Amino acid sequence: MKLTIPEEELMYEGTVDCQGCGAGLAMRYALKALGKKTFVVIPACCWSIIAGPFPYSALQVPLYHTAFETAAVVSAGIKAALDMKGIDATVMAWAGDGGTFDIGIQALSAVAERNDDIIYVCYDNEAYMNTGIQRSSATPYKAWTTTTPRKYPKARPKKNIDEILVAHDIPYVATASVAYPEDFIRKMKKAKDIKGTRFIHVLAPCPTGWRSLPEHTIKLARLAVQTNIFPLYEVENGKYKINIKPKNPKPVEEYLKLQGRFRHLTGEDIKEIQEATNKKWKKLLRKEEFF
Amino acid sequence: MVKKVIYGNHAVSYGARDARAEVIAAYPITPQTQVVELLSEFCASGELKAKFIKVESEHSAMAACVGASAAGARAFTATSSQGLALMHEMLHWASNARHPIVMANINRAMGPPWNIWTDQNDSISQRDTGWLQFYCSTNQEVYDTTLMTFKICENDKVLLPGMLVLDAFVLSHTSEVVDMPLQEEIDEFLPPYRAKYKLDLDDPRAFGGLMFPDWYYELKYKQHTSMEEALDVIEKVGKEFGDRFGRYYGLVEEYRIEEAEIVLIVSGTIAQTSKEAVDILRKEGMKIGLVRMRTFRPFPKEKIRKIASKVNKMIVIDRNISFGSEGAFFTETKACLYNEKDRPMIFGVIIGLGGRDVTVEDIMKIAKKGKEGKFKVNEINWWGVKL
Repeated sequence: MKLTIPEEELMYEGTVDCQGCGAGLAMRYALKALGKKTFVVIPACCWSIIAGPFPYSALQVPLYHTAFETAAVVSAGIKAALDMKGIDATVMAWAGDGGTFDIGIQALSAVAERNDDIIYVCYDNEAYMNTGIQRSSATPYKAWTTTTPRKYPKARPKKNIDEILVAHDIPYVATASVAYPEDFIRKMKKAKDIKGTRFIHVLAPCPTGWRSLPEHTIKLARLAVQTNIFPLYEVENGKYKINIKPKNPKPVEEYLKLQGRFRHLTGEDIKEIQEATNKKWKKLLRKEEFF
Repeated sequence: MVKKVIYGNHAVSYGARDARAEVIAAYPITPQTQVVELLSEFCASGELKAKFIKVESEHSAMAACVGASAAGARAFTATSSQGLALMHEMLHWASNARHPIVMANINRAMGPPWNIWTDQNDSISQRDTGWLQFYCSTNQEVYDTTLMTFKICENDKVLLPGMLVLDAFVLSHTSEVVDMPLQEEIDEFLPPYRAKYKLDLDDPRAFGGLMFPDWYYELKYKQHTSMEEALDVIEKVGKEFGDRFGRYYGLVEEYRIEEAEIVLIVSGTIAQTSKEAVDILRKEGMKIGLVRMRTFRPFPKEKIRKIASKVNKMIVIDRNISFGSEGAFFTETKACLYNEKDRPMIFGVIIGLGGRDVTVEDIMKIAKKGKEGKFKVNEINWWGVKL
């Protein structure tokens, strides 16, 4: 049998992530793709815990924990040092949505503008999960979090971080999903061989924060793609390519109804989300057509 | 040996060049800009083989240095005032992670209101971040201290970051002759940095992860004892520097303190002004001397105790203020003398905030007033307030 996913494990078993954690799975795949010659930088996020307390490490590669807003630039600093020492290796920043969309966006934007030679992966669980499910700018419209209570759910749509990165003219931007590991690994491998800033945005369902069943993590990640809520696409040197185009996209309701964070949605709300999703998808199709 | 007439800022740039910094990350701020302008020229021309990361903020400048140092490179940056304040979080990070990063800070007042002139409140506010702090008073000292700070901080017993401090404009934009040794002589004094602990593919480890109360406390103890060890390292490096290059540096500079009854405790360029005042007063017959505080962290307690045991009065002149308390050098000086048997009377004077000029006449008047015991003892003595 030909394996489609590299066998080598660079992440140890027994990490302390929650049951059904998409972020844990995402790291496992990412390291399988990048291999041993990888330095990992983790700012404050769920992975600060998952990686294990002193004196342990969940990873079999060098790992630097850093402050919340600094994953991108600390990675650039490491890369600069490695260049000076003549060491050829990949430096991967590994941050959550809070560290990417919010507090880390300034340093990330600067790294992208300079086209510093790092891979930046955002594992997106759509809220500040590690601190107890507070809203981030990656939280979807109308979602419940502990700072957007059901009576006043999030009033604004999710920030389109991918287009912000595309606007920096970096060589590679891609979205990915833990439900499509072959696609994710292919993208990580492709990123590895490109020079400059590479940005991968992987949707990582969070049963704890999404109020979903642990066994639904893969199903939800897949439904996010099949409903066009989280399309899989890549932008290489400005050229768009949508990787999965569902022939008959599933209604967003199928995705939303499996998550307690959307339990309060009315029929009207769901209709609104469906329309916004359709509109965003059409826009993406147009981009692929024109760019 | 090369002699050049250069700005204080450029003395920093030449110092970082000759120290062979490998990664530089910096963001411009008045009055530091010339430091990074010249360094970017050095890097662009290949005169200095280093990566210069032109970051978007001081916070990122320090973060980039942290990353570079973690991977084993000699890292350098420079900033001032608001920029230093923005770095605050990463200053703790650099020290707690034991990265021997070197930084020049040009002392400038904190806003608002905007004020670009000299004042120590920026660096004094970073007192507890675990950085060594050296206050310079000439361009030559700025250059020499840049070289020495790398050697001190990279010492196995220390492994902490270090900040050299120079006054805005009075030093940063003033030209003086600076004597620079030959590169091979400097290389002998300061060999390449070989990090004892670094991110390493052959020995993959995690740095900075969660540590519970059962060991965190011990790390803080070690951080403090390293700071104390630095006292000795600073003196040894200062002596070695002197033996090699003819200019000796210690924790403090003592000026005409032999048989002095009263000493001024000063730092930065005010010390140069004060030396002139001391010379005149000595001629007039006053038994006065001066102690220039080169080192603020670690605080040279023993030195101060020794000097204090021989004098009747000390006047601590601070170009900084800890609101609700007093000048920082004043507090520290008093604190280390509290349990001494024969301690002198100590006065604290605040002067020159926000770049207000400090003249030889000011210092002479302060000295005379102090000698006559006319200063308030338990309060701040504000010099020259117009209200």
